[in-house]
Amino acid sequence: MNPLILGLVTGVIFGFLLQKGRVLRFEKQLGALRLQDFTIIKFMLSSILVGMFGLLILQQAGWIALSHKPFNVGAVVIGGALFGVGWAIAGYCPGTSVGAVGEGRWHALFAIAGMLAGAALFAEAYPWLKTTVLAWKDFGKIGLPDLLGINPWWCALGLAVLYLGLFVWFERRRL
Amino acid sequence: MSASSDSKGWSPYLAGALVGLLAVLSAAATTKVMGKTNFLGASTTFVRAAGLIEKAVVPSHVENNEYMAKEKVRVDWQFMLVLGILLGASLASRLDGSFSWEAVPPIWKERFGPSPAVRALGAFVGGLVAMFGARLADGCPSGHGLSGLMQMSVSGFVALALFFGAGVLTAHWLYGGKQS
Repeated sequence: MNPLILGLVTGVIFGFLLQKGRVLRFEKQLGALRLQDFTIIKFMLSSILVGMFGLLILQQAGWIALSHKPFNVGAVVIGGALFGVGWAIAGYCPGTSVGAVGEGRWHALFAIAGMLAGAALFAEAYPWLKTTVLAWKDFGKIGLPDLLGINPWWCALGLAVLYLGLFVWFERRRL
Repeated sequence: MSASSDSKGWSPYLAGALVGLLAVLSAAATTKVMGKTNFLGASTTFVRAAGLIEKAVVPSHVENNEYMAKEKVRVDWQFMLVLGILLGASLASRLDGSFSWEAVPPIWKERFGPSPAVRALGAFVGGLVAMFGARLADGCPSGHGLSGLMQMSVSGFVALALFFGAGVLTAHWLYGGKQS
């Protein structure tokens, strides 16, 4: 199969599910960031719970290779914080901005335009960032089981208990 | 939520679990088709799209940019995935009647007024800052958040904590702490 067609099909299903889960809405994004509506948190943790075991099975069977993003401290911390600030102002993250336009929330087009500008700006700043923030300290592509020095299955099990505990807490508190 | 359009939404647990399943199938399918495991993500596509736009205006500028060269400016698997999100969301919202044209979201209107121009400016500035951050962190809530945590990546946990931590503080600053 052509990778482009595979990407398109995967994206259509992804977008369909994001929309049905109602996580594309501005109200849901801000609801999560204002700690008033936990729809997005539930959606994310539920997908992570299923995906974590599925990917672990495939990886242990030797069918796929994991690909951790590097833990470059300055980049992840400063970049992550900047992302959070922009996310709260725009009300959309990259994936949801595109989906929001799909369900008619056309003001998200301006968020997309801003994101394209931000990507272009980053490309201009990259040579400078490479010698500064990106050069501070890179712990490389590490997984939590490596960091803790434990078996990945135990790590996944521990995280699963944590996520399920959060689900119980959300529902008891009717969040 | 009493809006009729929302009664057709799915439980976020169910929709999320299906996305988890999709992520697993996608990892297997990309490995088989492309020879390398690809994970769900979105923000790199914005670099490629920005590169394609710049290329149409000043081609040499893109060729000489180190970051654009590193990320390769082209329409690839993830680019089509992002386009697919738009189509899939459009399809789902048309099928259940929740599609609706919106220039200014109600919460924004209440806080910053009904002007579509002000909303457009906010969306643009927020989008710019968010994407600069996402590229610096090397991922967004899809790549770092979903794919990172599914793989139990240390960078994913740290990035997601900062996305939400800074997001919660900023939302509090913008909208105040009052319940709406």
